[in-house]
Amino acid sequence: MNTRRSFIKALTLSASLAAMGSVSTLAHAADTIKVGVLHSLSGTMAISETALKNVALMAIDEINAAGGVMGKQLEPVVVDPASNWPLFAEKARQLLSQDKVAVTFGCWTSVSRKSVNPVFKELNGLLFYPVQYEGEELEKNVFYTGAAPNQQAIPAVEYLMSKDGGEAKRFVLLGTDYVYPRTTNKILRAFLHSKGVKDEDIMEEYTPFGHSDYQTIIANIKKFAAAGKKTAVVSTINGDSNVPFYKELGNAGLKATDVPVVAFSVGEEELRGVDAKPLVGHLAAWNYFMSVKNPTNAAFIKKYQDWAKKNGVPNADTVVTNDPMEATYVGIYMWKQAVEQAKTTDVDAVIKALGGQTFKAPSGFTLTMDKTNHHLHKPVLIGEVRADGQFSTVWKTKEPIRAQPWSPYIAGNEGKQKL
Amino acid sequence: MSPSLHHLLRILWLTLCCAFGSAHAAPSAETLARLAADDSDTRIAAIAELGAEGSAQSVALLDALADEALALTGDGRLVILTDTGALDAASGSAIAPYPDDAEPLMVNNRVRNALQSAKAATNIRATDRATRLAAAQLLRDSAGEALMPILEPALDAEPDKEIRAILALAVARVNLASAEPAKRIRAAELLGDSSDASVKAMLAALLDKDGNGQFAEPDAEVRAAAKASILAIERRLAIADLASTAFTGLSLGSILLLAALGLAITYGVMGVINMAHGELLMVGAYATYVVQGLFRTHLPGYIDSYVLAAVPVAFLTAAAVGMLMERTVIRWLYGRPLETLLATWGLSLVLIQTARVIFGPQNVEVANPSWMSGGVSSFADIVLPWNRLVIIGFAIFVLLLVWLMMQKTRLGMFVRAVTQNRAMAGCVGVPTARIDTLAFGIGAGIAGLGGCALSQVANVGPAMGQGYIVDSFMVVVLGGVGQLAGAVTAAMGLGLMTKILEGWAGAVVAKILVLVFIIIFIQKRPQGLFALKGRFVED
Repeated sequence: MNTRRSFIKALTLSASLAAMGSVSTLAHAADTIKVGVLHSLSGTMAISETALKNVALMAIDEINAAGGVMGKQLEPVVVDPASNWPLFAEKARQLLSQDKVAVTFGCWTSVSRKSVNPVFKELNGLLFYPVQYEGEELEKNVFYTGAAPNQQAIPAVEYLMSKDGGEAKRFVLLGTDYVYPRTTNKILRAFLHSKGVKDEDIMEEYTPFGHSDYQTIIANIKKFAAAGKKTAVVSTINGDSNVPFYKELGNAGLKATDVPVVAFSVGEEELRGVDAKPLVGHLAAWNYFMSVKNPTNAAFIKKYQDWAKKNGVPNADTVVTNDPMEATYVGIYMWKQAVEQAKTTDVDAVIKALGGQTFKAPSGFTLTMDKTNHHLHKPVLIGEVRADGQFSTVWKTKEPIRAQPWSPYIAGNEGKQKL
Repeated sequence: MSPSLHHLLRILWLTLCCAFGSAHAAPSAETLARLAADDSDTRIAAIAELGAEGSAQSVALLDALADEALALTGDGRLVILTDTGALDAASGSAIAPYPDDAEPLMVNNRVRNALQSAKAATNIRATDRATRLAAAQLLRDSAGEALMPILEPALDAEPDKEIRAILALAVARVNLASAEPAKRIRAAELLGDSSDASVKAMLAALLDKDGNGQFAEPDAEVRAAAKASILAIERRLAIADLASTAFTGLSLGSILLLAALGLAITYGVMGVINMAHGELLMVGAYATYVVQGLFRTHLPGYIDSYVLAAVPVAFLTAAAVGMLMERTVIRWLYGRPLETLLATWGLSLVLIQTARVIFGPQNVEVANPSWMSGGVSSFADIVLPWNRLVIIGFAIFVLLLVWLMMQKTRLGMFVRAVTQNRAMAGCVGVPTARIDTLAFGIGAGIAGLGGCALSQVANVGPAMGQGYIVDSFMVVVLGGVGQLAGAVTAAMGLGLMTKILEGWAGAVVAKILVLVFIIIFIQKRPQGLFALKGRFVED
């Protein structure tokens, strides 16, 4: 009975792996460390999250080829929560209690992270979350390798208000209707108030997940922008809604020189499905762009492209890298270093060892995991869309900056910066 | 207009004065060096100089910079990168060997703005009408006092009536700040012809009072003229607003109609509750994607016409899938709506998974052909996107097709006969089973056409149909089961209603309100807008 069940489990696991186009071999159960990969491979978020699954598998292959972690091979366990938030919690529970993974790399939307947080807390798991997010959270069991608001949203809006950014005076805060855009916009509104922008110069709009008809919203933005002050749009639209949004933006002739759109969840991967020519000049704020020039990045891109070709990723000849992929990659290596330092995969020991880890990231900076707040020190890059769907960096910080997960612009957050 | 642009245009004018009389053959090395500076202000000044100078080499430089083809080599030379090689930026002569270390100069929005203005200032003197029109439109929105020495002669020399009108508006915008009241009155009057909301904001600023109760505009006559002009602009904007809401509503309505027309036949006429209808849309959309792929690999020269080829393919593929569904599953369940519902829901899951297996779980990219990209600007700066215009036209075409088929063909007559009285139709020799299959196939094929249209505006993925199944049933039920006219009225009504509510309350609330409306409507009038006589009535 027992062997039959494990046989079925192995069968479904290998079937799911084969379906993902991965050839990661299943090593012998005893001398491997299991690593969970929890990303939506179907549904509205698949556009963004599939690439994170790929890069995680690539990093695992790479580590295995170099001898594994403490001499043990890593064994990826890939599950598909299908852009379904409650399913994230179920799959996380399955990874922790059934598969007994040592660490999980996963989630994109904040709502999915919020849905798995209690599970990781209850079962004392370890989650690496690779995407920029709204902050206002600090969990013992989670390491955040994406940007906190002060590492993305705030610098981006400061740039829009600067001379080179067009000295915007009016802002449209446009987002998908869930926790990340709502909270980010709450922080941004407070920040704009502190800069003397009045409520009548801020327009806030939300759309449901998967929304595909942006005609009205773009007409409203045009109307709002016609009031005589320079207007900019801050977009926190997530998932595949971005494709119809940018299509409509291009077709409606709203140019970046008139009304620039800065996006926090649109990178190279999301722009693959769009004709980028009408979008030239629109902006994105990240901590990494594929177009960054340095040897580490060149090697990273090459490795990923080769891996994609070898593993039959669809459209492998046009695969791109982006910020959350870099953050996933950095996260896996920092975990490896911490495990090797702690000489165990025990969650509490690894958490203790993670603080202060450094890694030379593809962004060209050496990133440090903060000793107290579970966030990376990251550089901020602001890029404009080029005709080929890549970004050219128009502004960046000189140094990586420390994350402030609790935004100082929200009252009551003082003194919360540590775990 | 932004202050930085004012600043730029002032520089442009100053350099224009300096450059006057001394025509440069090529841009100086010093200007070139500033073009590559780190600081945007320095670069913008250099761009303005080049624009004012207007020599062929300067224009080429500006174009190269705008295309991000102007590059700086490792040893600090500026070169223009072309498809075939590299040119020296100062002389325009080819250089060999190709500088491999050349890095394109970064262009941000501010520099891009300066480039556009510099280009427009040169282009306004072009011989080609379209170039001048584009330049005039740009200058209308960004003109400042500094540009008057270019604008006024251009206005005087302009032969074309449309461009003259645009330039007159540009001049009027500048003159609104003139020192002479007469000029200001004239300008305020003239600006009444504008249909730009930003002009309205400009005029309204004249009527503002400062802290001491003084008007920003001291002259009462100018204020009166401004007031009249504001009213005229407001009237025009109000009409434009209505027109644009009507267009967006019509566009959404046409998409709903295309999604629902197939269902209007399968559910409306045949009474099959087909939960897999959304997946038939998906089949049509994927058929379009496959045709696009075939054109890309085999007929790259004709890629722009792939959509035309995709239309029949989408119809036939979806019709084949539909007929297969009917033959294998649905025909055994006629008259048992609950079982049909369950069985077709199962079929929809099968189809979704099949698409996942064949095409992968991610969305696929279906690009608009170039003739469907962009838009046509019409009255008062409303841009009507081509893809939406084409889809409205396509919806009318499909509707006409369905109507002709149902009313004018023998098959349509049989379908109607079977719907109205199956037993009697069978008695007079109508092969009812075959008619059912064919009718279901046609309904499915029309869903495929809808999918082909949807692929041009929405995401194409395995689960895309799920998003339309509710909308489709909404349209058919609201319109009255079995009535094409009902489906049209319901689709357009829902489209307009959604868009009006969206403009007023936002997309999330609009969706809720529409659903609440439908629930109440169905309670009050379960037979829908248009009642029918047929199989359901007999039930």
